[in-house]
Amino acid sequence: MQGNKSSTRWFKLVDVSGANLQLDPFEELAMPLFDQLYNFAHWLTQNREEAEDLVQETYAKALKGFSSFQPGTNFRAWMYRILRNTFLTSRTGLKATMTVPLDLEDDGPALAVECETPETILFERANGDLLQSAIDELPVYFREILLLCEVEEMSYQEIAETLSIPAGTVMSRLSRARKMLRDRLRPQLQAGIVTTAATKGSNRGV
Amino acid sequence: MACESWAAKLDTYLDGELPPEEMRAFDIHVRGCASCAAEALSRVQMRRKIQSAGKRFAPTADFRRRVQGSIASKPQRRFHPAWIFAGALAVVAVLLSTYVGMQRSRREQAYSEIADLHVAALASSSQVDVLSSDRHTVKPWFQGKIPFTFDLPELQNSEFSLLGGRMTYLGQTPGAHLIYTVRKHEISVFIVQEKDLRDSWNIGNVTTKELSFNVASWSQGGLRYFAIGDASAADINGLAKLFKATGS
Repeated sequence: MQGNKSSTRWFKLVDVSGANLQLDPFEELAMPLFDQLYNFAHWLTQNREEAEDLVQETYAKALKGFSSFQPGTNFRAWMYRILRNTFLTSRTGLKATMTVPLDLEDDGPALAVECETPETILFERANGDLLQSAIDELPVYFREILLLCEVEEMSYQEIAETLSIPAGTVMSRLSRARKMLRDRLRPQLQAGIVTTAATKGSNRGV
Repeated sequence: MACESWAAKLDTYLDGELPPEEMRAFDIHVRGCASCAAEALSRVQMRRKIQSAGKRFAPTADFRRRVQGSIASKPQRRFHPAWIFAGALAVVAVLLSTYVGMQRSRREQAYSEIADLHVAALASSSQVDVLSSDRHTVKPWFQGKIPFTFDLPELQNSEFSLLGGRMTYLGQTPGAHLIYTVRKHEISVFIVQEKDLRDSWNIGNVTTKELSFNVASWSQGGLRYFAIGDASAADINGLAKLFKATGS
């Protein structure tokens, strides 16, 4: 009896090792990134169809170039870099980058913060839709770095690798992206407060 | 404002990307400065909102399948025949070593059961149920107790002497257990019907050393014999030969 039991166990082991022979290292590394790569592609292209084309092309390119990927280095950054470079050379990408001001990196003291502004109250009111359209309207270089930092939670080093820029540039571009987002949200949110207050006021009046 | 230089680094601080000593200095400052603390709080809230707003688009299941299919099919085509051959070889090697391992573990199991029976009988206060050195007494004693009969060898002019016999069960089938002595060493001979034995007992004609007992096994006339004892391999084989000669 015991002999039989152990023999089935053995044959199961053999089956597993047989399946392992077919496991593809690229697929194993790349497929877990699928959802986040798609999300990033959709943010860049702002269109489902183009996002799908972009992701498809990214995977095809990555598979073809997988032999040049150095094991032990950052695979995620490698995949994002392929996706982004593919995007930038696409028609939508070229159009998006053409509208970006050339003085992107050296635009004066961008870091001044008004400590007086009650932003705590202000940004608490920011809802998803408002934020999404505000991110959507950011120039593509600001949009991508903000998403890589806040959504993908990449380190500065990882972002630098992905965007092929120095780490110092990551820091300054990121703070400019954040400032631009805040600046664009502030008037809309303030208007929101005014409208709500007005509605409340008129309600009280009635 | 005094907090302006701090505020300039606030985002980098919240990203955890300041040098370690600046991070520690910032920790202390934020705990003491109400306006910077409020600002930090507002930015953390903002980030959480950006994070959830940023996870906005999900691929369709169909698209995922399409991409997965497109990347999965290619590496398979790239398989070189040599790799397939090597893979097949590896599978055969695993199967073979599994088979050998199973055979070995079966054999070990069979041997350890024989060894247990041998030791248990010797340790028992009544080693045998039929105490006789006369084979013509021992053989008929088994009649009606086991479903077969067998011949015992003539021991005259040999160093072996028969001590007696007992009934036994080996691999869940009834059998005969004979005990012989040679120069103070006891040797057990087990005899069972081969057709009743499970596969695991089919261990061929061998003489080996297991658990430092010498064991010989052979089959003859539809019966399977096992001889085991602490006597030398030559003695075990000598007894085996006498048995084999009796049958033919």
